[in-house]
Amino acid sequence: MADQVTLKIDGDVVSVPAGTLIVDAAKSVSNDIPVFCYHPKLDPVGMCRMCLVEVGTPLRDRESGEPELDEHGDQKINWMPKLQTACTVPVSAGMRVRTATQQVTRARKDVVEFLLTSHPLDCPVCDKGGECPLQNLTMSHGSGESRYLFDEKIQLQKRVPLGELIFLDRERCIQCARCTRFQDELVGEPVIGFDKRGRALQIVTFSEPGFDSHFSGNTTDICPVGALTTADFRFGARPWEMQHTPSICPHCTVGCNTHLNTRRSGMVGGTVIKRVMPRQNEKVNEIWLCDKGRFGHHFAGSSDRLTVPLVRKDGRTIEQSWEHVLPLVAAKLAAADGEVAGIAGERLSNEDLFCFQTLVEGLGGRTMQWPGRMGGGDLVQQVGVGAGTDLAQLGAETVILVVASDLAEEAPLWWFKVRQAATKAGATLNKHPASLVVANARDTKLDRYANHIVRYSYGDEVQTVQALTHAISGDGAGIETGIDAQHNPLLSEVARAIEAAENMIIIYGSEGLDFSGSGALAQACANLLIASGHVGGVGNGLLPVWPSNNTQGAWDMGVRPAGMSVSEFTSGAKVVLLAGADPVGDGESLPEDAFVVISELFKTDTASRADVVLPAQAFVEREGSYTSGDRRVQRFYPALPALGDAMPDWNIFVRLTALLGLGTVPAGAGAVMRQIAADVPRYDGISYERLADVEEQWPHVGGRDSYYGGTAFENSAGLGLQTPTLAEMGHQVQPGNVEPPSVESGEFLVVPITLLYDRGSMLLRSKIMHQRLPEPYIELNVVDAERAGVGAGDRVALRVNGHDWEMATRVSTSPPEGVILFPRSLAGPLLPRTMVASLRKLES
Amino acid sequence: MVIEIIKGLGTTFKHIFQPSVTVEYPDEKRPVRPRFKGRHVLKRYDNGLEKCIGCALCAAACPADAIFVESDENRDSWRFSPGERYASVYEINMLRCIFCGYCEDACPTEAIVLEHDYELSYYDRASAIYTKEKLMDRLDDSGTATPMQVDPGEFDRAIPDMQDPG
Repeated sequence: MADQVTLKIDGDVVSVPAGTLIVDAAKSVSNDIPVFCYHPKLDPVGMCRMCLVEVGTPLRDRESGEPELDEHGDQKINWMPKLQTACTVPVSAGMRVRTATQQVTRARKDVVEFLLTSHPLDCPVCDKGGECPLQNLTMSHGSGESRYLFDEKIQLQKRVPLGELIFLDRERCIQCARCTRFQDELVGEPVIGFDKRGRALQIVTFSEPGFDSHFSGNTTDICPVGALTTADFRFGARPWEMQHTPSICPHCTVGCNTHLNTRRSGMVGGTVIKRVMPRQNEKVNEIWLCDKGRFGHHFAGSSDRLTVPLVRKDGRTIEQSWEHVLPLVAAKLAAADGEVAGIAGERLSNEDLFCFQTLVEGLGGRTMQWPGRMGGGDLVQQVGVGAGTDLAQLGAETVILVVASDLAEEAPLWWFKVRQAATKAGATLNKHPASLVVANARDTKLDRYANHIVRYSYGDEVQTVQALTHAISGDGAGIETGIDAQHNPLLSEVARAIEAAENMIIIYGSEGLDFSGSGALAQACANLLIASGHVGGVGNGLLPVWPSNNTQGAWDMGVRPAGMSVSEFTSGAKVVLLAGADPVGDGESLPEDAFVVISELFKTDTASRADVVLPAQAFVEREGSYTSGDRRVQRFYPALPALGDAMPDWNIFVRLTALLGLGTVPAGAGAVMRQIAADVPRYDGISYERLADVEEQWPHVGGRDSYYGGTAFENSAGLGLQTPTLAEMGHQVQPGNVEPPSVESGEFLVVPITLLYDRGSMLLRSKIMHQRLPEPYIELNVVDAERAGVGAGDRVALRVNGHDWEMATRVSTSPPEGVILFPRSLAGPLLPRTMVASLRKLES
Repeated sequence: MVIEIIKGLGTTFKHIFQPSVTVEYPDEKRPVRPRFKGRHVLKRYDNGLEKCIGCALCAAACPADAIFVESDENRDSWRFSPGERYASVYEINMLRCIFCGYCEDACPTEAIVLEHDYELSYYDRASAIYTKEKLMDRLDDSGTATPMQVDPGEFDRAIPDMQDPG
């Protein structure tokens, strides 16, 4: 804890950590010093001059250093001759600040007037109007009248696309540089910047495509005027017209807290989501969202959603009511004699998965997580990252090891926070960065910030981590490994860093690994954590980069990967019950003679094969909870009315359970959560009420204080609860046996990698993102490309498993030699892991 | 008694020969005062462009929550109003409206005006919701119907350059 400094602001005695800026210190006692350019998450620049205050320090005797006293015995104050910017001056002991004097009031009025000289005042058509810091601060600090001649206003371009997602209005910009500083300091991608000088100063983008960043939408939140707007919300609605429903982003395992802003639309006919905004949760997403979370919500409102139950009869699909369909399904389930195969997607909520598991278990059937391509969920339950860990706040005492994951693409906000920890950009107090180790077979975006970059060959992930464990325990002889840490100087260096570190977090992914491979990697990571004693505390433990938002929830609810193909898993099953899973779409097959029942949002390939299709509600229409990778159970709320006859998945399963006489129908999702709390280990004590608890967070943003942090919303709907790990509960966790996966060899190894912007069924339905979704491609090393005679952009035939797939080629230095990077979910085969492939150039 | 009756009839006969104050509505309609607040009209500029820019301040000012506005972005090839924004949906629920005129006051472009039409009656509640088509002022001979195709840069601004764009 930093030293506390006591100062006086307008008569209030304030005690804050040394290094705090005056503006933040004042904020902590609800003295709102107006700001435009300052943002509590960014380094101060003092550009807008709005925060001018009077500052004085105690006068000290030069010889003795003692404070000088006046005739009344009070400290003499040496007031600075001019006003100071509160956002750039750190506090000091005994400092005095005056924020309400005539001089200060006058200065604020003048700054507002100055800013308004070139502002168009087109508030009625401005998307920010109603939640605009400039509007608010003009009302509270500005002059009531303008002295400026309206005809002399400069007129600039009003619709400048910075890429197709973000639009700039040059007139409205007050040149506070919040957006450019955000991109520069917090994202490390300075793709926008200032051009020209003086009156001609303007924001421009340097990238192709424009504003090429996964975090571009955040700049519109922190913009203190309406200069930056998103294409998604442009002229969508006025801020005061919309309903705010707290929700959780359904895209990745981070579990960002969001607000869904909804309103009736006369054009669409019905209530729609107008925009998705971040909801402050400092431990999860702070006040940020990635663009996938912000713009990728359109799948829920897609017109091809299923709305009525469908039953296949004599080769035709007919619409049926629930009253007919559920008894039909129940009868089939009852007649299956326990030969029920349940396949549930990792995207379902905890309630859905719990009720699914209860139903299938009650019938004596078996369940499987789909796609279930990553292992280690049981280990996360044992040695997962300590509750209360904030990745961005990790400091010099911590080692963060990222292995087999491209965090920037797989969990953008974790990448953002890990980068923060490693750079400490924008941090005012803790300036000591954590030490970052990135272990991967190829270059990733995180490498730039790493203290150590460990390179291994695909297939050696597990051995690399094991080698580190050996180096720490000094036991080099135990297992024969391809990589020996004691003879590999870099690994020994990393091992020394781990030994010296007080805390360690291992973030593991599944790049190039299938279920058993990633399970082995998780075990190796857990062993390393146990060997080095880094389990069971804040800032320690294992953090999985799950492929879906609720993979951890699926593990916890007992829906686990089967470790086999869907056709193996379902063989012999009389009824296959699927929920939110599309194995047929991924080239798997279901038994011909099985009765297939599926609950889904869309008519997927599996739904087309099914005998009964049950329409499910999307997350925006219902209540539920997700468990993120750091085991944080978070609750989302219904934002839109139910679509047609669609039902929440859990409701479908409990009705079937009741029809089969295996249980009763709970009153609602909250009641299901009570059952979960009673039945699922480590979920005891979790209830919807407790998930809705909030505590004070720093910085204060949103609400009345929109000027301070932008339009990010304050969180009054719950911060979620983290389930405890066995290590935290005081259990002795033992290292397990690791079986490294076997490695194939061939001319080329093709490695499936994850992209943030893929062509999955969720993102494809957001038209706004289409320009950012790449065409199916593979990425080759320069050397390999030359050898194979392939250039960038050439069409090639990729041969895997005896099938040819036509792809475009990209050439870079990122993939190692002999490796083809194959982005998942664009097109082509579903590769479970690193596989052998060959390449043939196609003549154009 | 008789005298009273004769007196009363006297009053009756006196009025028979006086000019009548009854107006034969609907054959005959009395003119309303210039500031009478009747049904709303969404005004146009002389060239036909809509004055309404879809800012929804009328809806915000409405104490009865009678107005619903949804806006969209103008394009030069598909232009409804000057500037970037126009009302794609504009509805007033006449059953809710209390004809207070706050919408007029709130309008930054003087697009909405409470005119002199007071003949508002409906057979069902749904037809009490006046849509943009019903509310929009009729087109002068000089004007072009919206959406119109205009030259780029000609009508880029709405607020506060609200003089008639000609």
